[in-house]
This record gives sequence, C-alpha cells and structure tokens, in this order.
Amino acid sequence: MKLKSNIAVSESGFIFNPEIGTSFTTNSLGIAILKQLKEKTSPEEIKNSILKSYDIDAITCEKDLDDFLRIVKQFNLLED
Amino acid sequence: MTIRKKITVAVTGLNAIDSPGPGIAVIRGLKESETYDIRIIGLAYEILEPGIYMDELVDKVYQIPVPSSGFDQMLQRIQYIQEKENIDVLIPNFDAELMTFIKLKPVLKKMGIKMLIPSKEQFEERLKGELVVFGKKHHIKVPKSETVFTIDEMEEALKGFEYPVVVKGKFYDAYIATTKEQCKSYFHKISAKWGAPIILQQFINGNEFNITALGDGKGTMLGAVAMRKTFLTDKGKAWAGISIDDPKLMQMANNVISKTLWAGGMEIELMKERDTNDLYLIEINPRFPAWIYLANGCGQNHPDMLIKTLLGEKVEPIKKYAVGKMFIRYSYDLICDLDKYEQMSINGEV
Repeated sequence: MKLKSNIAVSESGFIFNPEIGTSFTTNSLGIAILKQLKEKTSPEEIKNSILKSYDIDAITCEKDLDDFLRIVKQFNLLED
Repeated sequence: MTIRKKITVAVTGLNAIDSPGPGIAVIRGLKESETYDIRIIGLAYEILEPGIYMDELVDKVYQIPVPSSGFDQMLQRIQYIQEKENIDVLIPNFDAELMTFIKLKPVLKKMGIKMLIPSKEQFEERLKGELVVFGKKHHIKVPKSETVFTIDEMEEALKGFEYPVVVKGKFYDAYIATTKEQCKSYFHKISAKWGAPIILQQFINGNEFNITALGDGKGTMLGAVAMRKTFLTDKGKAWAGISIDDPKLMQMANNVISKTLWAGGMEIELMKERDTNDLYLIEINPRFPAWIYLANGCGQNHPDMLIKTLLGEKVEPIKKYAVGKMFIRYSYDLICDLDKYEQMSINGEV
C-alpha cells in the first residue's frame, strides 16, 4: 500500500488531502507510519519497524496497526 | 510606482447578510486591483443592505427598482445614475436581476456602461429546469430532473424518482426530501417565496464541490478556483470553505465555459458520487459566488480580470492557484448614524 502522492503530512501530525479538502490529525507514531507509506510498503514491513522501535507485543501492534490502516484507507488517503 | 487608472464600477448584491449576495466580495477584489483605482457605486434594492453603510468599500450608493418593476423603470434609474457618475462597468450579482440587465445591455453600452454577462440564450439554457437538456447538449452528466408547476404534477413526477429527492426553487433554495409528504411541504415553502416552477432533482450520494470561474465570452476560461464547503449555515450556505486541487473539477469548468462561450463570472455546483467518483453538474449560477474573494486569496482576482477584459486589456488565463486556502465568514455589527438611513429612505441615494 502507498499514500497518495498529493497528501500533505506536516511534522505536527496535520494531514491534508488537497483533492477533497479534508484534514485530519495524528500522533508521532501515525506520522512515522504515514512517512513509511510515502513509499510502497506492506503492513508487515510497517509492523516490523514499530516492533523494533517501541516496547509493544506483536499481537497488539498488529491489531492497532490494522485499525490505523483501515482508517487511513477509509479517509481515502491511499492509492487505489 | 505604477499610476492606476481611475474608473467607476457599479456593483449590485450589497446584501452581506447570513445568505450573502456577492457584491461586497466582488468590491474587495476590485479595491485590490493593481491596474485600476476604482470608484465603487453600490446599487441596492433594500435600504438595509449592509454594503450601503460600508464607507471604506462603497463610495456612493443608489437605490434601484426591483427587477419585477420592469425594464423601463430600471433604465430610467440607471440613466439618472449615469448622468451623475459616468459608470464604466456594471457588475450584476443577482440571478433574479440578470435577465433585466441582459435586456438593458445594448442600451447601457450606448450610455458607456460595459457588462460582461451571458446572453439570454446562455442564461436560459443553464436554468435549473433546463439542466438535463444542457447536460445532453454539452455531454455533461446531470442528475435526473423534472420541472413541476403544481402539486399534482409533482406527485406524478415523483413516481419516476427514488428518495431522497432534492426540491429546488427556480432561483434560490433547495431541500432534501425523503418522503412524498416532505416534498409537498417543501413545494409549498419554496413556491410561497419564489413562485413556481419547482425543480425535482435526483439526490446524488457523495461530496459537493463548487467552482468559481470566469469566461471571456469567446470560449476561454480566464480563471477558476475549486472549493469544498467546510461549514454550512442552516440555510445550506457556505460559512467556511477551503480551496482544493482536483484536475477533474477544472476540466469540468473548462468544458462548461468553452462549450457555452460563457461571458462573465459563474459558479458551478457539482456532486462527486461516492461509489463511482463520477461528477454530476448540479447547478450553474450565472454570476460570481458570494465566496469569490477566496479566489482572490488564492491568487486569482476574477473581478479585476473581468474589468480588464471589458476595458480591452490583454488578460492571460490563469491556471494555477493556491490550494488549502480557507475562508471563514464572520458577522460584524456596523454602527451607523441615522442620517445615512434617512438619506436612503428619503432620496434613494447616499
């Protein structure tokens, strides 16, 4: 999966979709995930990078990441 | 330092109320012209239109007769104003007055007043009740629509629709109805205010977008800015919005302007269907929208470009604009002395 190329993500966690004018906010982990999604990345790769950087068990990480990616998709921020 | 040429421009739509006319936003653009030093003549229908009392924007105001008074009364009034003010350009900003100004255009031209407005044919073909025919003619997707004059006609027409249905007035107002009873209620509400006919339009499930665009009357789109409303009033009017970048929207605007050879400002209302991403043309308003100053904020001063076009300056079409610019309206209490109100009441000018 890959973030649409026109989606703007600021260092403060503000996300703007210029195609439809919607905006969202996220935390530092969300920013890190979206940065990875600027290049084509699999959920597995993202999960592994989170497990390396954060003190979290694999099951919780996978569940929370699934939730986050579902929201990102629902907000129409990913390429088809 | 560039010396700006002094000109006089008359503007209607000074009703900067909760459902605002575009006049004040147009004037703000004109006042920021780098080419012209513009004296603004406000033309008001009601003596409590807020623009009358905005001294920093409007230099002189005249009351004009409502469009229903007829061609002759309007002509007489403008002749009177022209003798005093020597107006170079007039910018009408109301749908309901436009037909009167279309008829007046040749006479006003002889008097030295120029207008960049659509022709009678262009004005009529984009009427809400004609939009389906317009769509077919120009190969633009338009939701199924029916024009009805009576409750009986509406009941018959509704058999061909699925709910929700949008019930619209011929000039203003639109309501989303989910039952036949609601449709009837909105029919009465709208026809009591604006008269018949009423337009029924199939509701499109998706996001609404708006475009303000300027045509030179020869098929060239001089500028366009797309916007999504981010805050609505209870009347469904934009109280805040943000400029957006969607090439499909610009293509639609360009199509409409080039195929109709549109002259002047227009607002295009579109729906993007959620499931298919198909764009549907919902409405074309034959004038600048009330949010036209957003275009200025995005780098396109359409009122100024309109003036330049009319006065024979070379105007290069602008294709770029700032994306992510927002407008937020606000209300503000002007404190005015009674004498201005008195002068408008007694003399019809101030």
